[in-house]
Amino acid sequence: MEIFIPNKEQSGCGLSGIINRKGELIKGEVIIESICCQMERGNGLGAGYAAYGIYPDFAEYYCLHVMADTKQALKDVEEILAHKCYLVHQERIPTRATPGIVSPPRFWRYFVKPRYEGELREICEGTVDEDDYMVELVMFINKNISGAYVISSGRNMGAFKGVGFPDQIANFFRLEEYSAYIWTAHNRFPTNTPGWWGGAHPFTILDWSIVHNGEISSYGTNRRYLEMFGYHCTLLTDTEVVAYLLDLLIRRHGLPLELACMALAPPFWQEIDRMEEPDKSVCTAIRVVYGAAMLNGPFAILFAYNGGLVGLNDRVKLRPLVAAKKGDFYYMASEEAAIRAICPDPEEVWCPKAGEPVIVELEPNTIPNQRSYLRGEALRISAPICRFPSAEEDEEEE
Amino acid sequence: MNPQKENTKTSTPKPKRKKIQFSKLYPDFLIDRDWDKCIKCKICIRECTYEAHGWDKKRETLTEDHVKCVGCHRCEAMCPTGAITIKKHPSAFREHDTWKPWFIKNVYKQADTGGVLLAATGCAIPFRNYWDHLVLDACQVTNPPIDPLREPMELRTYLGPKPDKLEVTLEDDKFQLQTKVGPWIKLEVPIMFAAMSYGAISLHVHQGLARAAKELGILYNTGEGGLHASLYKYGSNTIVQCASGRFGLHVDYLNAGVAIEIKIGQGAKPGIGGHLPGEKVTEEISKTRMIPVGSDAISPAPHHDIYSIEDLRGLIYALKEATEYKKLVFVKIAAVHNAPAIASGIVRAGADVVVLDGLRGGTGAAPTMFRDYVGIPIELALAAVDERLRQEGIRNQASLVVSGGIRCSADVVKAIALGADAVYIGTPALIAVGCTMCGHCFTGKCPWGIATNNPELIKRLDPETAFEKIYNLVHGWAHEIQELLGAMGLNSIESLRGNRDKLRAVGLNEVELKILGVKHAGE
Repeated sequence: MEIFIPNKEQSGCGLSGIINRKGELIKGEVIIESICCQMERGNGLGAGYAAYGIYPDFAEYYCLHVMADTKQALKDVEEILAHKCYLVHQERIPTRATPGIVSPPRFWRYFVKPRYEGELREICEGTVDEDDYMVELVMFINKNISGAYVISSGRNMGAFKGVGFPDQIANFFRLEEYSAYIWTAHNRFPTNTPGWWGGAHPFTILDWSIVHNGEISSYGTNRRYLEMFGYHCTLLTDTEVVAYLLDLLIRRHGLPLELACMALAPPFWQEIDRMEEPDKSVCTAIRVVYGAAMLNGPFAILFAYNGGLVGLNDRVKLRPLVAAKKGDFYYMASEEAAIRAICPDPEEVWCPKAGEPVIVELEPNTIPNQRSYLRGEALRISAPICRFPSAEEDEEEE
Repeated sequence: MNPQKENTKTSTPKPKRKKIQFSKLYPDFLIDRDWDKCIKCKICIRECTYEAHGWDKKRETLTEDHVKCVGCHRCEAMCPTGAITIKKHPSAFREHDTWKPWFIKNVYKQADTGGVLLAATGCAIPFRNYWDHLVLDACQVTNPPIDPLREPMELRTYLGPKPDKLEVTLEDDKFQLQTKVGPWIKLEVPIMFAAMSYGAISLHVHQGLARAAKELGILYNTGEGGLHASLYKYGSNTIVQCASGRFGLHVDYLNAGVAIEIKIGQGAKPGIGGHLPGEKVTEEISKTRMIPVGSDAISPAPHHDIYSIEDLRGLIYALKEATEYKKLVFVKIAAVHNAPAIASGIVRAGADVVVLDGLRGGTGAAPTMFRDYVGIPIELALAAVDERLRQEGIRNQASLVVSGGIRCSADVVKAIALGADAVYIGTPALIAVGCTMCGHCFTGKCPWGIATNNPELIKRLDPETAFEKIYNLVHGWAHEIQELLGAMGLNSIESLRGNRDKLRAVGLNEVELKILGVKHAGE
């Protein structure tokens, strides 16, 4: 297989994402058609997919998708897992030989729980939170096992990615065999370094998955900020920081999703100066305390978790992002064409404003282990589009 | 002064022997007068405070004493016909790479006086200047550069401790902050004016600095000279200093500004205190410093109530108690070998801002050996301290301000990329008001009216001019910083802070690269 050791890469890419708010499963062909419509946005050096709801039989277990260069690397990972986890099932991720996909690495998936059950439980004591435990484990494997990378680690979800065009990667991973209630997809156009399998999107940690079009100019600041909290960037691609920032801000610090999005793409000071209390002090505090988490530079990202899909643009909108809605389906993509390819007659199509997140969560209690990070019942049920400060205030400003 | 001198006087009955002064034989500068242009108006005599220009009554002509010339260029600048040029004196010693004229002349000086060599400005030794080995990044293709004249470009910076995380609750569909934050200091530009005391510099310069700080939305620092009554109105832009002499320090003074700086050390002279000669203690200064007119103001080397880190903690909290926790407490240290560990201790002792002053930090008076050879360059100290505080997970508990040898806006940008929250500038502000770096501040004779309190001399620089020049300088730098940020594709200064990816080194060795945390150009 070919793995280049790259520096940080920068890219200009295509994105697509779908969610069904009722948790209805969407076939793989749908997302493949959408992302392949944006073929011109990539150059065959990377494509990937994230799918939620694909492992209902093991929904209680963390599913580790592991990419390994060698048998030995895989063995090393298994050795660690055997010591640190309760492993219920493991298998090779089904793939098929695909023209154009040359010497791919090995892909395996492991369904694990972070503790030994029963009498051996004490071996893994010392950590209270299962998610924190898994984050540490993933960091450990990525940092210490050479040639092996955990490319996804959430419950009932998985990431499939590699070097190739999106249709080739989909064919390689046999994605038409999966159905999910959330799909995201990425078509990559790396400009600075040759693509490698680990550098393809989506980037994940736990059930967070990110696909990204753009360049994060604040990468150095973000990376060093995350290091203070025990996150190590090993995949050498700027997008990686977004996954860890989301995990830190939303899951560990408990920030509401709207405020986490605000920390990533905050309003300008001149806007904040015009705000009224309590918004003003909240925004000021977010900017001051989470200044190092701000993503600076052009970007459009889609990120998903067990329960929602979010689209977000940088604060001056230097990359395209379009959203659409039809019934319980919500679509987000780099181009409207990618949405119309799979939904020719959407009820509503709009371009989210700079820094304005499009947040779509599943209806409550739709799936097992559902997570919701929106605050306030009203927001969660009625509004697919949320922004802090609220939309009315924005209009007043204009 | 010199006991040996007196001994010889008393013990020898012989007539007074004329003593040769070797140091007076070889001038540094040459006053070159173009006699075709000179109109003998004697302005040069009036302007020169060092009496280098004279008048020969007999011959009715001007005279020059080159030895007295310090190279301040005042006469040259003021000469109405442009007749005067100040040059490096061409008289040369035999070339010798070890025994350069600087060392020879210093030996003469000490042989003549038996004293300690005194100097001003900052370190004059050509140690490697790391700013000059660092280059910045810019966007090409994948990421559009941003034009600050068209798009918002944010330099606003908040100083003070920041919590690890924020807690909010939702009330009536509005987020409410639950975490207690602040007090914070807001800077519109991440540049502040470094501590320069009233006494060391004139009241007019202080007034100019204070007003410029207010107009620019930044801060100036009183230094250890107390706060003149006319400057209390600039309180929201003032840092008051508490140094080892505790001059002019009372509760109104502590409450006058937005922050209190405990000065432990100064980059130009780490490990020693300060000395304002009694001659400089005029009526106004005596009132401000709360010492008698004409008495020497001596700041001891240590604070005599701080002999350990726990004592420092005691003082930090004493000051916070005295000001009801409304003011930030800065602790300023000179950058020395063990700066990272010291800085860590200072943060843990409760300081809100740590100030690091590097080897090249300026001064109005320091023993030459200290100025030139004590302390470490600020670039290395900054990189090491920032990294250490991050490793310990306490970087957000205090802000980091650096000073000492920052000469241009690119230096500011590089300092922030290495990890500083803001910088202090002192020397550039003085140069902005006319300082020519002649390095004789300690004489109190500054011909430019800057480092003096002679009532006649301070008239040479009025507060209005001082304000305008200083304001213009920072305004220009701020715009350059915006341009540099925009070129890097950033529209906010916090995305540059600690972003060492934006720096590359040219011509540094591996150890230096490792300490700076910067890759070599081409990597």
